[in-house]
Amino acid sequence: MTFKLPPGLALQKVDERIMTLNVGPQHPGSGHMRLIVQIDGDYIVACDPDPGYVHRGEEKMAEYRNYILNIPHLERPVIHDSCNVLYPYVLGAEEILGIEVPERAKYVRVIASELNRCIYIMYWLAIYGIFLGHSTMFMWPAGDRELLIDLMEKMTGARVTHAHFIPGGVRNDLPPNFEDVCLRQVNYFEKRIKEYAAIFYDNPILIARTRDTGVLSRQDAIRYGTTGSVLRASGVDYDLRVKEPYDVYEELDVHTNVMKEGDSYARSKIPWLDMLESCNIIRQALQKMPKSGSVRTKLKPNPKGKGLDSVYKRVESGRGSLGCYIVSDGKVEPYRVKLSVPSFRNLIALPNLLRGEKLGNMPSVYWSLNYWPVEADR
Amino acid sequence: MSTETETPIADDTPEVESPPKPVAKKLEAAPVVVPAFEKSISDKIVEKFGDKVEVGFIKEDRVRINVGRENVHDVAEFIRDGLNYDHVESVSGVDYPQDNEIEVVYHIGSYDDSSLARQILVLATRAQRETNPIPGNDATRLPTLRDVFYSVEFHEREVFEMFGVFFEGHPDNRRLLLPEDWADLPPLRKDFAIKGR
Repeated sequence: MTFKLPPGLALQKVDERIMTLNVGPQHPGSGHMRLIVQIDGDYIVACDPDPGYVHRGEEKMAEYRNYILNIPHLERPVIHDSCNVLYPYVLGAEEILGIEVPERAKYVRVIASELNRCIYIMYWLAIYGIFLGHSTMFMWPAGDRELLIDLMEKMTGARVTHAHFIPGGVRNDLPPNFEDVCLRQVNYFEKRIKEYAAIFYDNPILIARTRDTGVLSRQDAIRYGTTGSVLRASGVDYDLRVKEPYDVYEELDVHTNVMKEGDSYARSKIPWLDMLESCNIIRQALQKMPKSGSVRTKLKPNPKGKGLDSVYKRVESGRGSLGCYIVSDGKVEPYRVKLSVPSFRNLIALPNLLRGEKLGNMPSVYWSLNYWPVEADR
Repeated sequence: MSTETETPIADDTPEVESPPKPVAKKLEAAPVVVPAFEKSISDKIVEKFGDKVEVGFIKEDRVRINVGRENVHDVAEFIRDGLNYDHVESVSGVDYPQDNEIEVVYHIGSYDDSSLARQILVLATRAQRETNPIPGNDATRLPTLRDVFYSVEFHEREVFEMFGVFFEGHPDNRRLLLPEDWADLPPLRKDFAIKGR
């Protein structure tokens, strides 16, 4: 008996002209995912994404742990954006458990969430730089990111995985003098990222490589259900911080960045504009935050919901709208937790964007989707 | 149809008509206000489909509609064409072994219609559950919504591998996240237990 390789693993010969290539899962240009690409000469005729190499069953694990024990592992899908990936779960758990959040905690959450968004985008930008062979753009964001990581370390005690948000507020109050340090660092950070325009976004080589590649039209962006920077780069004005404000975003002035082109260049520029906007939000939040007060509602041990209930909460993460659907049956563990993650939602656009592109443009189109493989796999 | 949603109905609907009871001291006695805009959305669906649909709950920004598997495609088409919803954010399976059913929940939103920007329409349907599932070759089947909402394509593939719900008419019912040689139960079913827990 001959061993039969599972479909997709063997190199398929389609016809004389078309060749099948496996990109990934160990390729530096794909992350932990595989793209099965069919090429005709230099042009991609079909692409079949194959995620799942880092599937860890977060949703299954969540059914075995109580609402508090779920916090450290549910932020693992995107450790660089750990506050935002936890945010919808925490909001949903609060609704199910019937917990009120103190006003100061809401502001602390907004600040942590915006800092985390910048940290994530800087990491993403560093990799986008290296994908395009622009090594300065790898070094600069990786270095400037440290400014904000230091802030998060002061705030939460951990550099990357914070587990800072809990139902009822945040774990710890801000350290003394945090507001001044934060303002100073954020102002310097903003000055730094503005310099990226000259070296990266106005760079004629970058523009030549990303303009008009992987164009996603407005209708398709809506039809595919894309979200976040991909959606806003295609001219749809939709940001949950404005459209469905959670916590205290209603009291803050948030500007949504929209570009109409829908190409890789627009998709790579929107996150950068979002970082500048985040700096504005952090400054506003620092100003409006109550100067003292509790940051955490005391929880009962093993809190439970009140019978059958379900809740769907969503927040705007560094990649787009991140939803969490929690079903409770009145026990201490949730009955079902579903994370609807932006990377997974944006992935559906990838085969359609790559069709007809040159193979050399594949990394720039792929990474401009703001895709994080670990998050998509959960 | 759904046991999960019977409680919210009992909470919401009667208290709108009935005057507030004299025991106003208790927290529960505060009258639950059904949001008007959300009510109008569910009214349109009920008006069109009558008994075929059941309103699960009407909360702020969230409307839940339960529908049988034979009508889910028609209701989804009406939601798209009649109510301007344009994309599906999330498709979740929920396993209910005690009812012998697997629920599939679509969270549907709208980008184009700014009045619906905050809204999520929750469309829930249930498939028959098999005790010994053979994914793809048993009675756990639902019609696909991929021809109505293109955005469900990968979500439905995920529900198929994680719960064994086969979507009839889906062009691509392959595995997505699980390994190609996975031979155990669909892992998010309640009878698939994590070792050591």
